[in-house]
Amino acid sequence: MTQIGITMKYTFLDYFRSRRFFILLAITLIISAILTVLVGYYRPPSFISSDLAFYSSWWGRSATFVIILSGIFFGGDAISGEFQNKTGYFGIPNPIRRSSIYVGKWLSAFIAATIIFAIFATITVGNGLYYFGANVPIQFGQSLLYAWFYLAAVMGFTFFFSSLFKNSSMSILVTAILFLFVFSLIETLVASLVNIEPWFIITYGAGVIGNILTVPYPQPMHTVTQTFGGQRTISITTYNATVPEGLAIIALYFIVTATIGLLLFERKEFT
Amino acid sequence: MANPSVEAVNLSKRYGSFPALSNLDLKIEGAKCVGFLGPNGAGKTTTLKIFTDLIRPSSGQALINGVNVHTQKKQALESVGALVETPEIYPALTPREALTMIAEIRGVSSAGRKERIEEALKEVHMEEWIDKRWGKFSKGMKQRVCVASALLSDPTVVLLDEPTNGLDPRGMSEVRGIIRSLKGKSRLVFMSSHLLSEVSEVCDEVAMIDHGKLVVYDTIANVTAKFSGGENVIEVGFRQPLDAMLISRVSKIQGVTAAERRDDTTLQIRFKGDLDTQESILSSMVRMNLGVISYKSAASALEDVYLSLIKDTV
Repeated sequence: MTQIGITMKYTFLDYFRSRRFFILLAITLIISAILTVLVGYYRPPSFISSDLAFYSSWWGRSATFVIILSGIFFGGDAISGEFQNKTGYFGIPNPIRRSSIYVGKWLSAFIAATIIFAIFATITVGNGLYYFGANVPIQFGQSLLYAWFYLAAVMGFTFFFSSLFKNSSMSILVTAILFLFVFSLIETLVASLVNIEPWFIITYGAGVIGNILTVPYPQPMHTVTQTFGGQRTISITTYNATVPEGLAIIALYFIVTATIGLLLFERKEFT
Repeated sequence: MANPSVEAVNLSKRYGSFPALSNLDLKIEGAKCVGFLGPNGAGKTTTLKIFTDLIRPSSGQALINGVNVHTQKKQALESVGALVETPEIYPALTPREALTMIAEIRGVSSAGRKERIEEALKEVHMEEWIDKRWGKFSKGMKQRVCVASALLSDPTVVLLDEPTNGLDPRGMSEVRGIIRSLKGKSRLVFMSSHLLSEVSEVCDEVAMIDHGKLVVYDTIANVTAKFSGGENVIEVGFRQPLDAMLISRVSKIQGVTAAERRDDTTLQIRFKGDLDTQESILSSMVRMNLGVISYKSAASALEDVYLSLIKDTV
């Protein structure tokens, strides 16, 4: 435990002073600033019709994006960098377990990402307080908690890919493509075309972060049939993970990917 | 304290079908400096990486002070300082922070830790850079900090992979001085190098490896004697230019088989015998008042051995 703490302390110090931390902070502040200005100027009904609608539109739609960016920025090269940047040559030949380095680095990346996450949440609440006073709905608290769990799972997943590759660019790129495009695409295709619940996709589980802010909670399965030209019809089915289901998917992804990532790092060689 | 030791037991490493290391059996024991020589791709760095848990052996065991590095890593590396390739530190950290991290990992007592870190960095002349960020350092500066890091916890076994690589001549000389001083502190130093002169100058023993197999391991004197027709070679520097009379007088010293001029003031002396003979020749020259100002094993002798044993390079 002591060695995990030591690794965590110094890698966090590195993250906190790094350019990437400030870039991500800037991106988060820019997203927040754009939302603040747009909502303040246009006052869209979807945002200001109720406190729940506000948090659903603001937080529910953008929190996962900030989380994914945090995962990519802090976790993408956390392990692959040990090989490519040769930092592993400094730490590994010491009386320290590789698992201590892995867990320590994971914790420091998670803390750094949590700081960004907390800043975004604070700005969200700040705007919410401005429009609706101190009426912060309980659902926002739940959504915040689910999002934090999701952050842990995303970080576990990015660490897995980071352990898989020795090339930092590759691990960052694959993680970014998966989270920003592939998962959403598979989720849509599987649900709409094959009518199968995409329970095996992490982004599907993360749907609970936005769904909890919708009252009533969306139906687990919803089919819409549309007719084209009076003859052809098409049915589109959408699925929504229930809260226990979503949390189970997030937990499963975290446990499986973090564990496999750790095992990979334990076995990987500095050739 | 028991004798420090590094032992490879039937150690092999394969990369796919390529045997990087084949059944290496080597036991080094005691306070000494052992040079590890071989051509590129011979398995030197592979061996040192196995001893520092950077890679795993395909078979066999790597033992440090009798403890298996791969089954009891923490215990095995407790008293080891290592420098393999030129490691990098997290770029936003300073040498002080990086060395503090290593000191904490190694359990260096907090009392006096700060002073120990400052002292270690002073020894490699990096004290002025102690609070500067790593990202701004040159390769030579990084190498110096890593040498300081390897020696930070006063290890009994020091594993070095081409420790003077990337250093300027002054830096090389300083690092060699540090390595020599470790021998005086009862440390076992096992270092790979491409520089035969460096090994001749710093090391007591030499292990040569080729195509993953140990070719020879012995004292430098024995190796050069064994593979140079039983002769050792030393180089003696004189204050005044050499003349025929001086060369003739040296040639007649007991044990000397040949004396040849290398340059105006340097004589290469070949002799048969061990370290006692070598000592006796030096004493004789000093007694004869010939103006001897330096005396060392000739790198060329080791080079001759190297070239006769290592036939090709990768």
